[in-house]
Amino acid sequence: MPGKKIKKVKIDGRRIACEKEETILQAAKKAGIEIPTLCHDDRLEPYGGCRLCIVEVKGVGRPLPACTTPVTNNMEVRTENDTIKRIRKNIISLLLSNHPNDCMRCEKTGDCALQDLAYRYDVDGSRFEGEKWDLPVREDNPFITYEPDKCILCGRCVRICNEVVMAGTIDLVGRGFNSMPDTAFRKPRSLDNCEFCGQCVSTCPTGALTDKKGRGKGRTYEMKKVRTTCSYCGTGCNFDLNVKNGKVVKVTSAYDAPVNYGNLCIKGRYGYDFIHNADRIKTPLIRKGDDSFHEATWDEALELIADKFSGLMKKYGNKTVGAFSSSRCTNEENFLISKFARTVFRNNNVDNCARV
Amino acid sequence: MAEKKKAKPKTKTTTRSKTKPGPKAKGPDVEGLTIRVCVGTGGLAAGSQEVIDSFHTELKAHGLEAAVEKKCVNKTGCRGFCAKDVLVDVILDGSTSTYQRVRPEKISRIVEEHIINGRPVEEWLVGPDYHTFHDKQTKILLKQCGQIDPEDINAYIGIGGYEGAKKALSLTEFEVIEEVKKSGLRGRGGAGFLTGLKWEFCSMSRATPKYIICNADEGDPGAFMDRSIIEGNPHSVIEGMIIGGYAIGANTGYIYIRAEYPLAIERLKIAIDEATKKGFIGKDIFESGFDFEIRIKEGAGAFICGEETALIASIEGKRGMPRSKPPFPVNKGLRGKPTVINNVETLSNLPSIMTKGASWFSSIGSEQSKGTKVFALTGRIKNTGLIEVPMGISLKEIIYDIGGGMEKKNRKLKAVQTGGPSGGCIPASHINMPVDYESLMRIGSMMGSGGMVVMDDATCMVDMSKFFISFTQSESCGKCVPCRIGTKRMLEILTRITGGSGKESDIDLLIEIGTDIKLSSLCGLGQSAPNPVLSTINFFRKEYESHIKKGICPAGVCKALRQYVINAEACKMCGKCARVCPSSAVIWQPKQKAVINKSKCVKCGACFDACPFNSIM
Ligand SMILES: Cc1cc2nc3c(=O)[nH]c(=O)nc-3n(C[C@H](O)[C@H](O)[C@H](O)COP(=O)(O)O)c2cc1C
Ligand code: SF4
Ligand code: SF4
Ligand code: SF4
Repeated sequence: MPGKKIKKVKIDGRRIACEKEETILQAAKKAGIEIPTLCHDDRLEPYGGCRLCIVEVKGVGRPLPACTTPVTNNMEVRTENDTIKRIRKNIISLLLSNHPNDCMRCEKTGDCALQDLAYRYDVDGSRFEGEKWDLPVREDNPFITYEPDKCILCGRCVRICNEVVMAGTIDLVGRGFNSMPDTAFRKPRSLDNCEFCGQCVSTCPTGALTDKKGRGKGRTYEMKKVRTTCSYCGTGCNFDLNVKNGKVVKVTSAYDAPVNYGNLCIKGRYGYDFIHNADRIKTPLIRKGDDSFHEATWDEALELIADKFSGLMKKYGNKTVGAFSSSRCTNEENFLISKFARTVFRNNNVDNCARV
Repeated sequence: MAEKKKAKPKTKTTTRSKTKPGPKAKGPDVEGLTIRVCVGTGGLAAGSQEVIDSFHTELKAHGLEAAVEKKCVNKTGCRGFCAKDVLVDVILDGSTSTYQRVRPEKISRIVEEHIINGRPVEEWLVGPDYHTFHDKQTKILLKQCGQIDPEDINAYIGIGGYEGAKKALSLTEFEVIEEVKKSGLRGRGGAGFLTGLKWEFCSMSRATPKYIICNADEGDPGAFMDRSIIEGNPHSVIEGMIIGGYAIGANTGYIYIRAEYPLAIERLKIAIDEATKKGFIGKDIFESGFDFEIRIKEGAGAFICGEETALIASIEGKRGMPRSKPPFPVNKGLRGKPTVINNVETLSNLPSIMTKGASWFSSIGSEQSKGTKVFALTGRIKNTGLIEVPMGISLKEIIYDIGGGMEKKNRKLKAVQTGGPSGGCIPASHINMPVDYESLMRIGSMMGSGGMVVMDDATCMVDMSKFFISFTQSESCGKCVPCRIGTKRMLEILTRITGGSGKESDIDLLIEIGTDIKLSSLCGLGQSAPNPVLSTINFFRKEYESHIKKGICPAGVCKALRQYVINAEACKMCGKCARVCPSSAVIWQPKQKAVINKSKCVKCGACFDACPFNSIM
């Protein structure tokens, strides 16, 4: 069976046992050895675009990208030497040479992979002078702000849109220095082509793609991140509510979530306005004789429901009532409601809105 | 004028054919007459269709219409000597005369004097350069191109076509691969990988179906050997694909060709049609049980789509962008299946390897590079065009014997650029080196697909490398940082050096960033893009320094660095320069020698052009 064969690999002098299909990057990660990357996201196929992860492999004349190179038996890897360090610095310098370097007012500051790497390798944008992009900010999507000038062309947005979401909204367009991610014929990202899932935002390592609703609402380090399970459907995706001053200001991906690995749909990522909405219903409401609603406690409400159901069953028979649950309920809740119908109503009248 | 000429022969012919029916009556005898007109793209652009039409009209006018139809006015493919197009062979009683630069208005005289009267028009015949151009060449692929009608499968069969495929299909797959390995054939698409070995790797892959792809993207600027082979002999490529497909076990072949090659595509379509009708493509070929089909995939003409993984992506309908190897296409190629990709020229070598044998092929060429290579010879050289030479031939023979030496007598050879934008330059001092894969690599260049640009001392090496890097920059797919932004910054540095604002640190910066781009780019484009710059710095560093430190372009090419000075001795005081100068930089008064005020001069060159006495330098 492929994937089971064990390979012995040495990275920075440490022995690591690897499975056959693993890459150098995966092997290193397992052993807690860090290799810098910009275009890698565990949710995506290895890409090899940013070239930061190049490492020295004994016996090979040129550095190899750790993210796409599979391990081989007895491979010996050094994650950095003088040449590789120089190349990494030059790659970051080149990226910064076509970047606004606008960290002070950038939405991404504090959570930006490029900023972190520039800090770690101590480079600024001054080594290579030359043409810089000066493109307008794109606000053509109701949920996503796109600042092309900050794009480093890691291709992550493009790949998540095509590999994971399979929406095919964007791809790289143009060639050479002018290539960039965009829609076909550079049309607006609109209802015609976009799913508004914000997956591209979740993978963008820089401030090129940001959540419009969260812009200007606070820095990453000011946010309390509260892990929660999405309440929209039964899949059970996890994400982090970003809370500042007791208010949820945005939702960010929980990449380690076992159910969804940071992937979310439009509802989970952007459907949080209801939380602080004035119209939100926070208690059960009971309709009075004059058709008006009145706030009630759960006890009052459940008691009323029990009374009504027993009355109906007594008068018309137990077949006349049923249970209809919501697709926002979890599997466990749906199981309970069906059990309730069978044991209390003693019938099979169970249904759910998600059966389309 | 054309009318006048036409009017004359009419009267003459009638009298001649009446009065002199003796030896010249051979003329109208269709058996003894063949006219070959070059109809490659170069030929067509030079007007070969008009020439053919003109031949028909003229022959008709001489009452030869019935005798000379299409049969005699054969269309042949490119024979390489494009500078002299339209080339026409008139074969009369077995002796061939070749005319160069034939235009429709020349036909009446050729018909009248040569075909009717048996006296070739000497002054229009090709000169000795045509013969030196051809004599040092070893034509295997191009020979057939000049001989047969590419739109007629019977012409190809007539010279032994499809015998190679027939032979291959009578052997086992293993035997075919062994034969190709033994021949030493290496890929002509650039990297020079052993073709037999590539096939062996693919045949060992167990996944099915398998594919064979012919790479006819040909994106190097100035290269046109693959196009010429397809236009001149499309069946040889198809036959090569059948042999390769059989050897690796592929039943489907793709030809990936740029849409900018409409004539080649047209001829391929005709050839595939004809081969299918003959049963060379289709089910149970030569009753061997082997099925094979060929599909044409037109590309939009991006240079990067010549890279094999980008080419595969393009066929799959994705953006043409390379991916990391491994996995190699022989294991995971088109649609994830084992795939062999071979260049046009590689494939068209196969039929003769099968018929004449591996040892015949390996007897041509050098120790590690076997066979011949087609080059597109261009630049400041007398004879430009397509040439086919045995591997290992010296540069000197190519330049001086085949190429006829420098175009301008007073110019000296400076360097030769091989391998197009991925290659490097070879200085004149290395002119005796052999041209093969290893030697070119050693000197920092490469074979590439076969571009060869000859430069004389009026070529600026900085400007030349700027040209190549601007090409690779605009063709970079954008996937990886060093290639996408690195080549852009190199281009900007070269632009400022040629623009007169280079910095002293620029040369070292170019070397450092160029080295890093080579080391860290994903695909062959980025890995070789800095070669032209690095090799010119290596051999012509002084020229870079002169631009930067002295503000002088030694070759006088870089406009911004030009300085216009009036040679007082030669000045005849006419004042023409002062009159044309747009910025009043010329100080002149009647009966006084002119002087240029450097601080006012905008280097437009108007005075230089205006001076009737060449007194301005
Ligand atoms: C940027 C780039 C462009 C290329 N363009 C071509 C091309 O136009 N034609 C070609 O045959 N090979 C081209 N190649 C080489 C191919 O990737 C591949 O190696 C070749 O087609 C294999 O065929 P061969 O073994 O017969 O040479 C290119 C490679 C690179 C990196
Ligand atoms: S994207 Fe990152 S590096 Fe760029 S300006 Fe924003 S914080 Fe700074
Ligand atoms: S927008 Fe962001 S994710 Fe997309 S390519 Fe640019 S930097 Fe990468
Ligand atoms: S080296 Fe250049 S052409 Fe090749 S993958 Fe990288 S960016 Fe694309």
